Amino acid sequence: MKSFHPRLLKPGRYFMQGNIATAEAALIAGCRFYAGYPITPSNEIAEWMSRRLPEVGGVFIQMEDEIGSIVAVLGASAAGVKAMTATSGPGFSLMMESVGLASMMEIPAVIVNVMRAGPSTGIPTLVGQGDIMQAKWGSHGDYEIIAYLPSSVQEVFDMTIKAFNMAEKYRVLTIVLSDQVIGHMIGKLVVPDYEEIEIIDRELPDVPPEKLVYPFDNSRLIPPMPIAGAGYRVNYDSLTHDERGYPSVDRDVSFRLVSRLVRKIRENEKAIAEWEEYYTDDADILLVAYGCTARSAKEVVKKLRRENIRIGLFRPKTAWPFPWWRMNELSKRVSKIVVAEINMGQMLHLVREYSARDVEIVHVPYAPGYMPPPSYIENIVRGVYGA
Amino acid sequence: MPIRIWDIPREEYFVSGHRLCPGCGAGIIMRHLAKALGGKGIIAHATGCVEVSTTYYPETSWRIPWIHVAFENVAAVASGIEAAYKVLKRKGIVDPNKDVKIVAVAGDGGTFDIGFQALSGMLERGHDVLYLVYDNEAYMNTGIQRSGSTPFGAWTTTTPVGDVWIYGEWRPKTRKDLLFIAMAHNIPYYATVNPAYITDLYEKISKALTIKGPKLIHAFSPCPPGWRINDDDTIRVSRLAVQTGVWINLEYVNGVVRVTTPVPRRRPVEEYLKIQGRFRHLDKEAIEKIQAMVDEYVAKINKLVGKEVIGPVER
Repeated sequence: MKSFHPRLLKPGRYFMQGNIATAEAALIAGCRFYAGYPITPSNEIAEWMSRRLPEVGGVFIQMEDEIGSIVAVLGASAAGVKAMTATSGPGFSLMMESVGLASMMEIPAVIVNVMRAGPSTGIPTLVGQGDIMQAKWGSHGDYEIIAYLPSSVQEVFDMTIKAFNMAEKYRVLTIVLSDQVIGHMIGKLVVPDYEEIEIIDRELPDVPPEKLVYPFDNSRLIPPMPIAGAGYRVNYDSLTHDERGYPSVDRDVSFRLVSRLVRKIRENEKAIAEWEEYYTDDADILLVAYGCTARSAKEVVKKLRRENIRIGLFRPKTAWPFPWWRMNELSKRVSKIVVAEINMGQMLHLVREYSARDVEIVHVPYAPGYMPPPSYIENIVRGVYGA
Repeated sequence: MPIRIWDIPREEYFVSGHRLCPGCGAGIIMRHLAKALGGKGIIAHATGCVEVSTTYYPETSWRIPWIHVAFENVAAVASGIEAAYKVLKRKGIVDPNKDVKIVAVAGDGGTFDIGFQALSGMLERGHDVLYLVYDNEAYMNTGIQRSGSTPFGAWTTTTPVGDVWIYGEWRPKTRKDLLFIAMAHNIPYYATVNPAYITDLYEKISKALTIKGPKLIHAFSPCPPGWRINDDDTIRVSRLAVQTGVWINLEYVNGVVRVTTPVPRRRPVEEYLKIQGRFRHLDKEAIEKIQAMVDEYVAKINKLVGKEVIGPVER
């Protein structure tokens, strides 16, 4: 039985902003350290954390930039405290080096990226979904991460808790790809009884600190993590390292390590990936949308179904790993796929890669800094359908 | 002979129609920077209040070539522009005798925190650039979060009022001191300016523009919404900052520090704190602590100058 701090958000029904729900979820998940840097539209998370973390015995620090923020988070997590940071596009770009660093050193951590319109400074106060590919491919080298795509206040709460769980379970960096609409949306939130919330903590070595441990033991997919703060003598290195953590240029060492970093997620992708399907059983046209765009897309499905147009919605809840096997199955059953997202074509590439060859794929490019209204998607779907 | 108010040119190069808040201190500083440039030169601007509110589509307040860059790299971009002019002059595309003034402008976040590395690099490499920081003592553009320049005890949205943030271990004690940072870089010119002393401000910016090499000007920039002051209290709070010793107008030229606004009798720091909502929560003990910090800093400056230019507190 886990113990919960008495000043956490109590179970019950709330009317709450997405960003604040994110912060409260992180506290319930056990996050006790936050390092961040001001950036619109993620500020509410930092502001709420600065007030709430001291109340639950945690520490909030404001760093000098986003590079410092993510590395402070990795330091805290390596020392044994669940930690997170929140940012948006430009800050996320600055964190990219450390995304690879976290993957290499297998330090669990959570980044909440409240996506805004880009590129560059873009439109700080308006929405975008242009960081989907960057989340997976932004840092150099081969690595795997997990990324969630919340679509409501409730989901951003649930997924933040899940992000901590997955980070701890797989010793991996997990990213919550929230967006400005979800972050600033005030909506209904149900906090379940604490007993119903699953909290996963990282597996610790079963040997005492004075004994030898292998923090990067390749005989296991996810080796237990010795905690520096608990007295273990550990050597974390961002260089390619052997099972003890010491740098090596040996070809076997490199291949073994990189394979394991990738395999630990790829071999568990079916357990990690999540998606939602809406009227896909008999669909002839498949809409693919995620995050806030899925809210518009769902409305389109509801409306067109009333006209007996056989349309369904496939909404990936995890961008990475992408539920490609389900995408493939669905693409064989439909004749046309419409991908709607607030960018010029990012998840489109995933849909194209995993769909059957003969299916027609249409993209709805949209990047004005707003959510596509249902009518916009509807017009394109009607054009595709010929109705 | 010091500059008088009617020596400041009447021509405006930072024009009306911008979206800065009523009473914004940065607007006054930018206006006089543009006047000192006389409509010539190039301004590189980091992300910040002035950047977003003076260039909003479809208008701009700047009658000077202007470039906005990312938050952390204005000093680097200004370095690049300056180096490009060297090349253009060498190739004969630009007249080698033409004097092109390059100015980098950033807020305190873009200078003290995220832009610090780029600033240090620019000062060290010795580019002929004037770097002006308008210091409103927090991240006002993103919603009043604390910065490396936020003074002790001030409320911000990431230093909420309470025992943890006032007396806790994470509370920043003193802010970064640009004077000593400038001295450590051995630059030819550093000055602090204050919108309440407008002739001094104009004179220092003009003087800096005539000096070759990296120049740094640190401007006091009151923020009515962030400091919780009235729109019409900008100049009052600026003047009080100098009169209480919280802000010292000084100049560092080739290794010599000179205080340009001597204050023979200081007013108690409480007068400066009590008109600002961001300090409203401070109790007597905290105010005394701030007074002691100001006393200590004044003593440090007096020692540096070699005589008592800032006097004792007169109650």
